[in-house]
Amino acid sequence: MQNLKTLLIGVYFGIVLIKSEVVSWFRIQKMFRFEEAHMYLIMCSAIAVGALSVFLIKKLQVKTVGGENIQIKEKKFQKGVIIGGILFGLGWAITGACPGPIYAQIGSGEFLALLTFGGAFAGAYLYAYLHPRLPH
Amino acid sequence: MDLMTQPWPWYISGPLIGLTVPLLLLLTGKTFGISSSFRHLGSMCSPNTKLSYLKENDWRKESWNLALAAGLVIGGWIGMRLLARDPFPLLPAEYSTVEGMIKLFLGGVLVGFGTRYADGCTSGHTIMGLSNLKWASLVATICFFIGGLLTTALAQIIPF
Repeated sequence: MQNLKTLLIGVYFGIVLIKSEVVSWFRIQKMFRFEEAHMYLIMCSAIAVGALSVFLIKKLQVKTVGGENIQIKEKKFQKGVIIGGILFGLGWAITGACPGPIYAQIGSGEFLALLTFGGAFAGAYLYAYLHPRLPH
Repeated sequence: MDLMTQPWPWYISGPLIGLTVPLLLLLTGKTFGISSSFRHLGSMCSPNTKLSYLKENDWRKESWNLALAAGLVIGGWIGMRLLARDPFPLLPAEYSTVEGMIKLFLGGVLVGFGTRYADGCTSGHTIMGLSNLKWASLVATICFFIGGLLTTALAQIIPF
């Protein structure tokens, strides 16, 4: 049941990613070349809505529909945030896709994105392999 | 405005993307993020692994994240095949050459490695982490952009 709900949220998110064209390599290029405000405006308005929601959920101590307390997983700082972040940024501009869009691209019929996905899977494996030796 | 033929403007799509955060929290209690799906897939595909990063991860408990990823694939299909009159290209034609494919794969390695090392991507850090006012996510987002700007700057100097 839980998984059906997240699946449906994924469907919703995938539709918006396609229809807003943030899954497009061309849009990502225009963003990094500062040729278009589209991506920046989307990110800022998404964060605004997300931040307001999180604020209200915390403030009003809203529970889930199942009546459970909501606990947000907190992101912690470590060296990987910087090193990994830059490496991801390099890959993001090359492939035109961050993780969410990779899945949406494949679904949309852009089968070349299977290569991006294969690379990302291999990259995660590489991280798992190097994990004990990397600075964190 | 025709929502079928036109891309959705930022003031519609941005807030709709932001709504994913409370939707997940309220319906399932889960914290938004996508890139951990690569870890869960790794754990799922290698049950006998010795790599602690994959071994110490209970992918069954985190299968909601894989369901989210599966939903994205379906949503991608619906968005492009049912809700767009003319499907548009997402990647430039150069990527269908052998060099292009190698570039995509290596770019993908950077995406997978980088997001796991940074413990999050544009979803988990930029949208979710910033919505939760975490400074680690602000650093992460700045670094994502440093990397992206480096790629575009380098591409202008060395055409690769």
